[in-house]
Amino acid sequence: MTNEIVCAGFGGQGVMLIGQLLAYGGMLEGKEVTWFPSYGPEMRGGTANCSVVISDQPVGSPIVAEPDGLIAMNGPSLARFKAAVKPGGVIVYNSSLVTETPELPGVKICAVPANELARELGNDKIGNMVVLGAFLGLTKAVAVSSIETALQQVLPARRHHLIPLNSAALQKGFSIAEA
Amino acid sequence: MERVMMKGNEALAEGAIRAGCRFFFGYPITPQNEIPEYMARRMPEVGGVFLQAESEVSAINMVYGAGGAGGRVLTSSSSPGISLKQEGVSYMAGAQVPCVIVNVARGGPGLGGLTPSQSDYFQATKGGGHGDYRLLVYAPGNAQEMVDLIGLAFDKAEAYRNPVMILSDAIMGQMMEPVVLPPLREVAPDKPWATTGKHGRSTPNVINSLGIVGEDLERINIELQEKYARMAADEVRYEADGVEDADLVVVAYGTSSRVVRSAISRLRQEKMKVGLLRPITLWPFPQQVLAELAAAGKRFLVVEMSTGQMVEDVILSVNDRSKVTFFGKLNGTVPTVKEVYDRIRSLLSEGGEG
Repeated sequence: MTNEIVCAGFGGQGVMLIGQLLAYGGMLEGKEVTWFPSYGPEMRGGTANCSVVISDQPVGSPIVAEPDGLIAMNGPSLARFKAAVKPGGVIVYNSSLVTETPELPGVKICAVPANELARELGNDKIGNMVVLGAFLGLTKAVAVSSIETALQQVLPARRHHLIPLNSAALQKGFSIAEA
Repeated sequence: MERVMMKGNEALAEGAIRAGCRFFFGYPITPQNEIPEYMARRMPEVGGVFLQAESEVSAINMVYGAGGAGGRVLTSSSSPGISLKQEGVSYMAGAQVPCVIVNVARGGPGLGGLTPSQSDYFQATKGGGHGDYRLLVYAPGNAQEMVDLIGLAFDKAEAYRNPVMILSDAIMGQMMEPVVLPPLREVAPDKPWATTGKHGRSTPNVINSLGIVGEDLERINIELQEKYARMAADEVRYEADGVEDADLVVVAYGTSSRVVRSAISRLRQEKMKVGLLRPITLWPFPQQVLAELAAAGKRFLVVEMSTGQMVEDVILSVNDRSKVTFFGKLNGTVPTVKEVYDRIRSLLSEGGEG
């Protein structure tokens, strides 16, 4: 079983982080994983994406050309990657920033108003975790608890007070996908 | 064993520290910057030296000095920076100074681009600098090998008193994978040749690559060639995956071997007989195993992120005993799994008449 995922968005939306958390969570579950970033020289505002592979086998190519799962945090990212998603795959997108409603035969699509939900949770920056939660709800790629453990290890100690907020955002997204 | 996620560049840097490396000299260039960044933080914690030199030329000569004085010393750069370092590499080869040089290769020629490439194979394996010298060249294929091979590289550099190169690329450096880190080693090998004082001897040790009298230079070169012959006999490393019953053996290293592995796993599900031969040492090259596979009737496909460099060594190894086909991507682009899959399929459907 191999799960190939692309996370894409504007720089600053936290797509690299959610990709790393997916890979980290997979590793904590004993899987073989890779994370590979692709971005321009910009720190904020440019487009960024990363490829994540989670597998029972040693991972070959770390670059995902035909994802099983796509997380798209903005319109340009959805437009760029949606057609590559494999039949039977999943797209979770940030409907706060995407006006079109994508339709792809054989692909499960989930709209998450990430910006609004983040605001409801009290922190505009947490939209990425809401979308990740929804992705986990749909795909069960890794367990939410594995992501929470990964957060303990990825975040520096001075940021650990934010873990409950991140957990709440993950749960919020997860429940949307389950609904 | 605990696994931690690390970028290849960081895994390599931590692997070097744990292998006893206590000197790093370098100059910034993408896509290797995680190595000096990591070393700048980590070296002071272990009592080592991190120094950002004013240029690559300066950095490699600091490596020459520290290596000559017996230190475990590392430098890293990317393709254009490695070109600048070649004079120093040749001097160290001539003076028999151990060190490890990492090339996180990017596309060329010239300034090229920032994207991954394998077009520095010739430079790494055929010289690069002037003179009749060889480097031991390792090509890691995953983050764990970044850790394992850097440790091995230091040991071999000192065992042979020779510079060792790690030829990586932008993907190997930037990708994160789980790694198991070895414990910290304290390494204090005996280096009676190093310039650390006379210690009661009547003559000082001299580190020099000069052989101004013709006979001296000949003697030096004979000594070097004997050493390279020992390295060629003892240091070949490769991974062979499913080559015994394969009709076609794909030869690839580093990042392209990863793409090939994905393509092969798809093809094997379709009962295609295809194997992977992945050189881990690019010099010495795994000539013998390729010659044997050729003699056993296998055909070969070489996949590289270049216009074809390692393929020349495969052709030399196969030596007309079988057919060698090449598939390359030009500087800065990575073959897709589908491209490699399609190429292998079409070669296999051509049948054995080759």
